Amino acid sequence: MPHAATLEIRGLSKQYQVKGETLPVLDNVSLSIKPGEFVSIVGASGCGKSTLLRLVIGLEDDYQGDILLDGHRIVGTSLERGIVFQEHRLFPWLTVEQNVGLGLLNADLGEARKRDAVREHIALVGLEGFERAYPYQLSGGMSQRVAIARALVNRPEVLLLDEPFGALDALTRAYLQQELQRIWAQEGITMILVTHDVEEAVYLGDRVVVMQPRPGRIKRIVDVPLPRPRDRGDYAFAAIKEDVLSEFSDHPRDELIAEPRERNAVEWQFSW
Amino acid sequence: MTSRQQTAGRWPHWLHPAAVPKPLRGWVIPVLLLTLWWATFRFGWTSSQLFVPLSKVIDTGVRMAGSGELAHALGASLYRMVLGFVIGTAVGLAVGTALGVSRLLENLIGPTFHTLKQVSLFAWIPLISLWFGLGDLAKIAFLSLAAFFPVVLNTFEGIRSVPRAHLEVARVFAFNPWQVFARVVWPAALPSIFTGVYLALIYAWLATLGAEYLLTSGSGIGNLLVDGREHFWMDQVLLGVLVVGAVGFVLNWSASQLERRLLAWRGHSTAQF
Repeated sequence: MPHAATLEIRGLSKQYQVKGETLPVLDNVSLSIKPGEFVSIVGASGCGKSTLLRLVIGLEDDYQGDILLDGHRIVGTSLERGIVFQEHRLFPWLTVEQNVGLGLLNADLGEARKRDAVREHIALVGLEGFERAYPYQLSGGMSQRVAIARALVNRPEVLLLDEPFGALDALTRAYLQQELQRIWAQEGITMILVTHDVEEAVYLGDRVVVMQPRPGRIKRIVDVPLPRPRDRGDYAFAAIKEDVLSEFSDHPRDELIAEPRERNAVEWQFSW
Repeated sequence: MTSRQQTAGRWPHWLHPAAVPKPLRGWVIPVLLLTLWWATFRFGWTSSQLFVPLSKVIDTGVRMAGSGELAHALGASLYRMVLGFVIGTAVGLAVGTALGVSRLLENLIGPTFHTLKQVSLFAWIPLISLWFGLGDLAKIAFLSLAAFFPVVLNTFEGIRSVPRAHLEVARVFAFNPWQVFARVVWPAALPSIFTGVYLALIYAWLATLGAEYLLTSGSGIGNLLVDGREHFWMDQVLLGVLVVGAVGFVLNWSASQLERRLLAWRGHSTAQF
């Protein structure tokens, strides 16, 4: 079992420069996450929740405050922090096992150990038999599972999930939430999930961090003291969900709008 | 929908264009043309000296193939084409990659390149013939130039349009610059690069003919055509046209086969015929 890290965020602020003007994105965010904890972050679009993840993963820098992983200030990206993006971001020219193996490119392991790790993690996300498939042959849910395997294959100390199921249909999403919970319980690593789906946040998180926009800051942190596996129909579950939702009553929630699929030339060609 | 129903109503079922099975539809027009050609002479619709029966073209083909004349001309043309294509593509790949990878080089070379590419390829012929004469060297230089431009442009485009999302994945996994290039940039650019190389192949073959018309010394398929025209040997002209078309077809086919293998991960293909 990998080592799970403590993540300490202290007084974190971040601004973007837009046409010479300073636009605050995050304002004095402080959050302490215990090893092996599952923290959900919910908020409307523009509340800086994705920026927060991008800062923790190291894709963005130039911030004020501290981001400490096990007491050490994070610098750039590192194999000890993994991320799953909203889009699967698999490399279309690589097969499933090559995509997962890519995560180990710079890992300090022998070839045989790498092969084993890839096989184990493909099994972990339940994709045995698809090792040699290309991304174009996979469904959205399967692709996202490959992305999870790729992010976990390095055994990171903390896994960040940036709306990983946002683009999936409701049934697949519910199924993958269960899967993610199983993986989290099995691997015992620290996970931070950013989402705008309150039910997802409550279903998965030990705590739900509610953020509010302009500038992005923490409004409230809600504990979810429910045993797992959780029942979405349960009264206590519904009560916590209502509680979190009430924080959004004066901010209409931005619904996810599915982008229209790209049309193929064939679709508009006449058959005669 | 209505127009289709009307058409179907007026046409006898077996004459409807859709009656031809899909894989054979591409052959309808060639077969009709060949039949028309054959019928023109079979039923004596023309006695013009500017047109010859299909059978005479075939006879000429057999005769020239037997004497080695055809193979010699085709060999000379293909030799120049392959050489020009390889040189132009290799230099094009190097320049395109350099322009794509380095912003400094793009700023330095880009404007000159984009101006030069506007100059029609055939405008270079006088200069090339002055510098390199009328022989193989001049022709190969011209062909290299023809292959060079599409490869540079598409390689540059491909490298420049590598999705940011993929580059971020590379950063998350701590790739070094070489790994980023070899594992992300190059494969992501490959479809575009392939399009460039594919265009280079077509341009090189077109330019081979162009070079042989305009730099008329030595042998080649183009010279065969020029000869035929000057002597009113219509059979030789038509034979030349058929050979040129056949070579183009084979090049195209090979390219699409190669693409199917190299870029199987896309599940579709650009090179088609």
